[in-house]
Formats: sequence, C-alpha cells, structure tokens
Amino acid sequence: MSDNHFIYPILLGVAVGTAIRIYMLKTDYRQYPSYLHGKVIHLALGFIAAGLGTIIVPAIIKEEYTAITFLTLAASQFRDVRNMERTTLQQVDMYELVGRGNTYIEGIAVAFEGRNYLVILTSFVTTAAYLYLNIWAALIAAIICFFICRKLMSGNRLKDIVEINYIEPHFEGAGLYVDNIYIMNIGLPERQKEVLKYGMGFILKPKNFNAKITISNLGQRQAILYDVSVALGVYRDSGTPALVPLAKRDLEDGRIGIFVLPQTKEIEKALKVIANVPILENAIRVPSRTLSQGKQEQ
Amino acid sequence: MGISIDKSILAIITTNQKIVPAGTNVFHCESQQEMFEITKNLEAILDGIAHALKDDLFIIVKH
Repeated sequence: MSDNHFIYPILLGVAVGTAIRIYMLKTDYRQYPSYLHGKVIHLALGFIAAGLGTIIVPAIIKEEYTAITFLTLAASQFRDVRNMERTTLQQVDMYELVGRGNTYIEGIAVAFEGRNYLVILTSFVTTAAYLYLNIWAALIAAIICFFICRKLMSGNRLKDIVEINYIEPHFEGAGLYVDNIYIMNIGLPERQKEVLKYGMGFILKPKNFNAKITISNLGQRQAILYDVSVALGVYRDSGTPALVPLAKRDLEDGRIGIFVLPQTKEIEKALKVIANVPILENAIRVPSRTLSQGKQEQ
Repeated sequence: MGISIDKSILAIITTNQKIVPAGTNVFHCESQQEMFEITKNLEAILDGIAHALKDDLFIIVKH
C-alpha cells in the first residue's frame, strides 16, 4: 500500500472533524457571543484535533504503534484549552455588570475541552471507516458521529427540573420580597420605586428532591441571573450596588426566588430565557441515587 | 486596585438625636427628607447599599 492511499481518507477525516467543530461552535453562541478571535483559536485547535484523530489510523496500518503516544500530547494540549478558556472568561467576568460566576465558567471551559475530544473521535472513526471499508461507510460514520456529538453536547435545561412562574416583587417595610421569599433590604423610597418599576420576580419550583439540591447551588443561580441579564439587558451601573439581581432560597421547601432588573420588561421572553438556562454540570446533584437516600425513602 | 472593605457599616444616618457615634460615623439629620437626601448621596459616594433598620435609622453597608 503506497502512502498515496492515505491522502483522501486523511483529508476526509480532517474535513469532517473540523466541520463538527464548527457546528459545535455555533451551538454555544450564548456562552461565547461575539469574540471573533476566540472563534479562530477554537477552529484552529479543532483542526489540530481532527488531524490527530485522523493520523491514528494510518499509524496503526503502518504498524507505527509508538506513534499512538502522541495522543498523550494531544490530551495535555487540550487541557490547556480548558485553562485558557477559564482564564479568559474569569478576566472578562470582573468587568461584567452581572457576572457569569465561576461555576458557569468552569462548565464552559470543560465543554470546550470535551468538544476537542469529540472531534478526535469523529475523525478517527471516519478515517478508519474509509480505510477499512469505503468512502460511503466513512460518510455514514461521520453522520452517526454528528448525531452522537449533538446528543452528548446538549445538556439538560432548567425547564426539565423546575416550574417557572412570574410574580411581581413587592415591599414589606424595607424588605423586598418575591412571593414570600426575602430578597434584600432596600431603604430609600426612591430606590424602592425604581426597583418596583423595573424589577421582575420569578419563582422556581423544583419538581423533585434532586432538582431542589441542584438549583440551590449558588453557581447555578448566578448562571440564571447572567443569562437573563444578557437576554433582556440590565438596569444597573457601577456605583449602584443596590440595583443588583439576586436569587434567594426558601429554606422551607427549596423554592428559588429570582429577582432581576432587566432593561426591557418582557415577561414572556424572560420566562423563555430562564427555561432554557443550561443546568451546569458542576451543579447537578443526584442524592436520590445514593444508597443512604434510598434507605431513607424506604 | 485599592484596598476595599467588605461587609461593614460605613455610615449611620438618623433623625434620632439619641444615637451617638461609637466607632461608625453618624450623620444626624433634622428631617426625614434630609435623611433620604444624605443617604442617597452617601450610597453613591461610598458605593454601598442603603438599608433601613427603622423608619428613622439608615445604614450604609458595603457588601
């Protein structure tokens, strides 16, 4: 088998891998909005990942088994991607009016690293299918990989675990409340008026015990505030710490009261945004799966 | 970046003349209107949040 046999399979593997990376870059526009140069970095790294995944197959065929060790290099390379994402987003977060929070950032960083491994897998499978079978098998493999990647990369949304209701915030004395959940103390009558004019309240009612624990996570709550603030704008500036969106918990039943100050008060849109907030991997808790909890339920 | 103070009462604004300064600056006001004005300004200047503890007692807290 001459070297030329490998050219087309390699090209196809790299092309499919890069295409998958482009597709996955598109799906996360809300987390990583408009940084053109950031996109270029990820496309370049996706291309490299596709190359690495593709090269494995010819290496095996040529019996260059030691060549596989370069995958360890790839692993450390893509761990750096995670660090890079984390640092960038943390730096940027300091200057946001409503920050993402570290849990959200960590989730995004992990997703970026994971996506590169999916690209490696896709390229590997595609090239292998081409070399051992034929181009049609390769294309079918690519399509199957595409669906697998889509499945793996779409996590759960908030609407899966909570019921969301709009409730007008109100004051009892100086205390701001959403339903019966205490949010904060705002003393000045002028500020109170502003808060009532612009403020929106939401109650998230967890559907089960696991959901209760998951949405109590501070990082998850910050993610909700961030997503709403991005989608609807925020009535806030530096030097007005009183106008801060907050999410507080009802200790009795685990409901979360969300208080936000959007620039535009569109209830329907806000409900939709909250419903589509991703459930952060680091916030997910499933205590009902542990043994002790099972015993308790019995 | 300078030194910043977290979670501390930066100022007390009150119309109650019985309250005396004890470690924190107290601003005595003649009327409730004056108290609101001073609180509003101090909130902006100190970058803190104005909380009402009673009708005649406001504090500015840095969170």
